[in-house]
This record gives sequence, structure tokens and C-alpha cells, in this order.
Amino acid sequence: MSLYLVQKLFYHLNVDPKVRSRFQKDAEALCAEYRLAPEEIATIKEADLAALYRMGVHPLLLRPFATLKGIGMADYRRALAGADKERR
Amino acid sequence: MSIVAALAASHAPGITGWPESAPPDQAGRFLKAFEGLGERLSASRPDVLIVLTPEHWVNFFLNNMPAFCVGIGDSFAGPAEEPAWLKVPRVTIPGAPKQARALFREMSREIDLAFSEELALDHGAMVPLHFLAPQMDLPVIPIFINCLTHPLPPLQRCHRMGQVLGELVRAWPERVALIATGGLSHWPGMPQAGKINVEFDLRFLQAITEGRSEEFARYADEAIEAEAGPGAHEIRTWLAVAAAVRGMKGEVFAYEAVQAWATGCAIAAFSGAG
Repeated sequence: MSLYLVQKLFYHLNVDPKVRSRFQKDAEALCAEYRLAPEEIATIKEADLAALYRMGVHPLLLRPFATLKGIGMADYRRALAGADKERR
Repeated sequence: MSIVAALAASHAPGITGWPESAPPDQAGRFLKAFEGLGERLSASRPDVLIVLTPEHWVNFFLNNMPAFCVGIGDSFAGPAEEPAWLKVPRVTIPGAPKQARALFREMSREIDLAFSEELALDHGAMVPLHFLAPQMDLPVIPIFINCLTHPLPPLQRCHRMGQVLGELVRAWPERVALIATGGLSHWPGMPQAGKINVEFDLRFLQAITEGRSEEFARYADEAIEAEAGPGAHEIRTWLAVAAAVRGMKGEVFAYEAVQAWATGCAIAAFSGAG
């Protein structure tokens, strides 16, 4: 698992509209360019916020990613409930 | 005397983005204090605003994260976020490249700074400026501080950076306003979001306004994080401004623990001989 590369993707999603648009069109192809492992790609595609949080993704990279995936604040909080106990 | 104003304020996106979600009396008091401080800043007729603001993954990533970065560009655009979300229109604010380069050169004798001609301003700078300089036409020198990710510049170092900044701009012919943004206690984007440590916040405000900022400069990052959340690392900007204006009298204009904005929201200002 490469926390650094997952976060790098999330950072680019944050700051670059072109990367955001490519993510919306073909997330898998974009993730592959970041050399992410298949299980990381699955976690991102499924927007498994608890898993991403547990692996140590910075909360201020995770929250905008959730917004990009259309996840509102209430669902975000529900997804993360309890996740802090096992955070890296 | 060239520090004509010195202010510090929280910058929670909810302050502009969703003010209506807070209890009306609480939001009302806070927004009124913010607007009042804007009038006070305007009356001080600053030539340039030096805005000490935290990085939020908008300009820098883990491949290159400066402790301090001075904006030496001709202008700065913001907010980086969707204007409709933050409810702050996107504008281009003039920079002050000549003064910013001088600042960089002179401060670098004692503090290692990074510089950038291109820095995006996000809610960190734009929320306070929305109230403090709503015309968005005053030249700004942003100083970004890593309050975001470990390893952080030590609180002590941020305090020292503020002292150097203060000593320097006091000698400037320009009328300078210092603005710190961020904090106080909050756990942004975390399961604990919404938690606020009022006791920590009030203790911090008291120390800052009573000239005892060193007490917090000695705090361990782990203790800050445990007591007041990772968002409280943003007190770095406050410590820097408090150190810059040592000897001036501090005053708290507002403190509201606003759960709907998930932040202990504070506004303070310093006055007296700068």
C-alpha cells in the first residue's frame, strides 16, 4: 500500500480540474498512472472512506475526495465513525 | 511606527459558506465582530496587508512542503475552492512584489523562507479578507505556514519568525497590517469533527492577549493535537503575529464555540504603539 501515492492522487484531484475530469471519466486508468495497487484502486473506486482513513490519508485530502464522490457531511461522518481507532 | 493594525481570526469555511447553520445569536455576534474589525482595519489606512495563513493542500504537497512561504507575486487569485460553496466571489488580489522581495531578503538573514510568485488563496485567507478588506483591493503579502502536516515547523520557530517579521516591518515606511488566520480548536475532516475545546481556546486567547504567547510556543505538537485537534496547529499564525507585536495590547473581539462550523471561532486584535 502506498499512502504517499494515494495522497498524491487526492492532492491532484484537489488542485487540477483536468485530473478531476479524467477521474470522473476513467478512474481506473488514472489510478494506474499513479502506480496504485489493485486493492487501492478498488478502495478509491468504492470510496471506502473508513479504509482510506485507516490507511492514514490526511483528513483534509479525504474530505474533498468524498465531496468529489458526492458524499455529504452526514454520510462522511457516518462512514468514519470508529475509524480513528485503527488509524495508522 | 509602521504596524498600524494586527489582527487574528479563525477562518472556518462555515463562517461565510453556511452561517445560517449556526444559532442566530452566536453567528450574529461573531459576524458583527468580524465586520467591526473590518471597519477598524480600514480606519488604520494600511498600505499593505501581510496575511499569515495556513496551507491546506492547495499550493503544496508532501513532495515539497515549506515551513514558511512568502508570496512575492504581482497578484493572487482566490478562493481556490468553489466560490458557490464558500460564498466568497473569486477575485484577483494585488500583491506587493517589491515589499515582499524586501521582506524575503531581510527576513532570510535569520529565518529560512521559501518564496513563490504563484500562490492560490483558499478559505484560510479569503474568509477573513471577506470581512476585513471586502473591497479586495489592498495589496497582500501572503506568508503560508505549514500547520497541516508533520513534520511541522516548531511552534517556537513560528514565534521567532513573527519576532523577526515584526522587527523588520516596524522600520518600513509603509503602513502595515498583520493578519493571522486559523484555529482555534478543531478536528477538520475527522470523526471527531464538531468537537471544540473551549477551555483550551480561552486559555490560549488569554495568554495571547496578555503578552504570554511564549507559553504556547513551548507546547508540544502532540499535546496541542490531543487537547485541541490537528486544526489547532494553526495557532502558529497567531503566535507569529503576537510575537511580531510584542508590547501591544491584545483584546478578544469574539469567541464562539460554533458547532455548526466545527471550530472554536475567535477574533482578536492588538493595539498600541507598533
